[in-house]
Formats: sequence, C-alpha cells, structure tokens
Amino acid sequence: MSPRATGATALRVFAQLRRDPRTVALLMFVPVVLITLLKYMFVDTPSVFDRLGAPLLGLFPFIAMFLVTSITMLRERTGGTLERLMAMPLAKLDLLLGYGIAFATVAAAQATLVSLIAFGLLDLHSAGPRWLVVLLAVSNAILGMALGLFLSAFARTEFQAVQFMPAVVLPQILLCGLIVPREQMARALEIASAFLPLTYAYDALHRVGQNVLDARLALDVGIVLAATGAALALGAATLRRKTP
Amino acid sequence: MSVEPAVASDGLRVVRGGRPALDDLSVTVHRGRVTGLLGPSGSGKSTLIRSIVGVQVIESGTVRVFGLDAGSPALRSRIGYMTQAPSVYVDLTVRENLEYFARVLGRPVERVGEVIGAVGLEPERDRVVDRLSGGQRARVSLAAALVGEPELIVLDEPTVGLDPVLRRDLWGMFRELAAGGATLLVSSHVMDEARHCDELLLLREGRLLASGSPEDLRLRTGATDLEDGFLRLIEEGGS
Repeated sequence: MSPRATGATALRVFAQLRRDPRTVALLMFVPVVLITLLKYMFVDTPSVFDRLGAPLLGLFPFIAMFLVTSITMLRERTGGTLERLMAMPLAKLDLLLGYGIAFATVAAAQATLVSLIAFGLLDLHSAGPRWLVVLLAVSNAILGMALGLFLSAFARTEFQAVQFMPAVVLPQILLCGLIVPREQMARALEIASAFLPLTYAYDALHRVGQNVLDARLALDVGIVLAATGAALALGAATLRRKTP
Repeated sequence: MSVEPAVASDGLRVVRGGRPALDDLSVTVHRGRVTGLLGPSGSGKSTLIRSIVGVQVIESGTVRVFGLDAGSPALRSRIGYMTQAPSVYVDLTVRENLEYFARVLGRPVERVGEVIGAVGLEPERDRVVDRLSGGQRARVSLAAALVGEPELIVLDEPTVGLDPVLRRDLWGMFRELAAGGATLLVSSHVMDEARHCDELLLLREGRLLASGSPEDLRLRTGATDLEDGFLRLIEEGGS
C-alpha cells in the first residue's frame, strides 16, 4: 500500500461529495432535525431526552455511513471503476483507507454539528464528557462504513443495497438496549444482542451519558474496534482482483 | 533477435457462467505493434482482454505478459486497460477523473492535460462526465487507460459508437503510440477496422479462427475485403 494512493482515493471521494451538495446537506442536517424532533417529543420529560439523546447522537453517523458506503461501493463494482482500479497499482487497503479517511471526516463533521446543536441549543445533558460522545460517534461511523462495504458485495442493485439498512441496521438498533434494556428482553434476544456490534456501541455511549467511565466502557470500545476490523477484513476479501 | 512477445497465452481456457468462454487459446501479441482482436460479439474478446489484464479467473492454461504471469503486481503500472463500458466516475469532471488515476499511478498531474488533448476532450475538461455524450465518455475512459504511459495498451472496443472522423483520429493516435514503442491490443467487432492493424487475431466461439497480418488473411482467403475473408474462414471451419 502507499500513502499516495490512499490520499488520492480520499481526495477523490471528497471531490465526489463536493459534486453532490444535496447528499452532504442531508448528511449534516437530517440528524439535527431528528434530534430536535426527539427534544420536543419529550419536552415534558427531559430526563428521557437526556437518556436517549447522547446514544442517538453517537448512532446517527453509523446509520448514515452504512448507507453511503454500501451505495458508493456498489457503484464502484457495477460501474467498472473497481475493475479498473484492481488492474492498477492500488492496494485494496489503499482503497479502504481512502474511503475510511474521507467518510470518517464527514462523520466527524456530522457528529460535531449535531452535538453542538444538541448540547448548545437543545439543552441536552450528558454526565460524561461531550467530546467522548463525538469520538464514539466517529468510531461508530467507521463501523457502519466497514459493514456497508462488506454487505455491498451481496447487493446487485442499489435497491437491494438500500434494503440492507432495515435488514441489518434496524434489528441492531431494536436490540442494542436503546429502546428496552437488554436484560428485560426475551432471553434468546438478549443472547442474540450480545453478538451484534451495535450493542457495544450503544453501551459505550450509554456509559458516557451516565459518566460511568469504567473498564467495561474500554471493553465496549475494544469490541467495536474489533468488529470494525473484522468487517473491513471481510470487506477486503470481497474486493477481488480476479473475478469469474 | 529473440524479443519476448508482449503477450503470450498458451492453452488458455476460461469458463464463464458454466460455459467455456475461451477454449485452448494460444495467441501471441508482438511488441510495438497494433494487434486487432476481432470477432463477433460473444466470441470471447473481452474475456481474453480481461485475462491479459489479470482480472479474469482462469480455468487452465497460462497467460504471460512481458514474461510475467498475467495479474502480477509488477505489471499493474505497465498496462493501460480500457474496459468495454466506460469505467470512470460519472459524478466527477473529466479532469478530476484523470487526476485521480494519474495519482494512483504515481504520474505527474501534467500528464492529465496531455491525455485530455490526445483524446480531443480539451473543451470538456471541466465538465462532469454525467453530462457528456456516450462517445465523449468512452474517450474519458480511453484517456484513463493512457494516463500512465503504459507499455501495453489494451482497449476493449474503444471506437464503438464514435463518428467516422473521430474513429479515424483515434486509429491515427494508436498508430502513433505504437510508433513510440507501445504495444496495442485493440478489440473490435467491426471487421473494417482490421485494416488499421499490423496483425489480427480472429476469434470465434472462444477459439482462434485465424491470425496474421491483414494482407496474409486476404491472400489466404482470396477475399477482397476482410469481412468477406472472415466469413470464408468460418465456412471452412477454421484454419
């Protein structure tokens, strides 16, 4: 791999985003609108807003980057540019890291904007440090990116890729403990949720929200990073130089 | 003088979709020449090109490029490849596309201006590819194959859908590139384009029907034009 090819790829993805201001606007403002919605849903019970707010801030980038990456990578595959790149002196890691750098930057901007508004204007409270919420949001975005990249290999059309969102992301959001604490779920679901990476992403955000900065938090972060690594490795395995 | 050929395949067999796309194919592409890869659609031209570029899974046989196994990492900066469908980023401008490929190949960005000029896209340089015509897109894709100044240039139907003036200009450019020492392998399903080539490989149903210079093939078949010659070869059942 080479820093030159990685950097070139990141620049190229930025250039593509710049040509698509509507997507950038949606990425930046949809989370802001949703968190505002949440604020006024629970206008009479601000404790609920505080409990859900910080975890949701950290999960928006996961969802957004999952979608954006699975569609962009699918386009690389179906548009023939992936085949062209695979015939060039570009390491798979250059491509993955290039995407990673570009999308992590976007995720950081997204998480920073929504955090500024939630903490600054919407009176969201987090017992733990706010910068940690933003940092976790960025790591979740990279997890979303890695999963999107891997799953894009199983979609032939953009319609299919979009359907992976409800199929892969929604169950994880339902089971991660955000809506109902995991120990109150049916035992089978509680066990199942232990195998889903978003469970740990949520738990970490929840702990920061409560200012419980303990070893369990470190473990959560470790598991999210390991899951990201595994998804990236699986994703890299789906990028074939030679195809049938 | 024994110069290693640019490309040599031996007993190449490729299976695609459960059917043999290439069967026991042994071909040679000589250095510094323009070799035309001709045959009807579905004859295996793209599959052979993909095998040479190293992106095709091969069932058996070998493909060597400059003496190395096709697909070797060392070959990736020496081959320029233009796929049949324009494979460029439609949401970027011509210049942005080519700058990206130039950077990946480690070439100076000044190369981009040269190739844009070479394919006649100067007026379109800052237009988004999405807004270009099919022929213009094909030329962006061609420019991307040339930006790295490759020794072997492999073009899959580069002139399809282009107007006659542009086709003539591109063939002129291919001749210039070969005169400059590059090796070109250019596929086409238009027999008429064979006359621009130094050598021809005629494929049919995944097999080599004939090879040689256009003149050789004309003499051998006794046909006045190559289209006719090709039909005679088919009727003879190969050569």
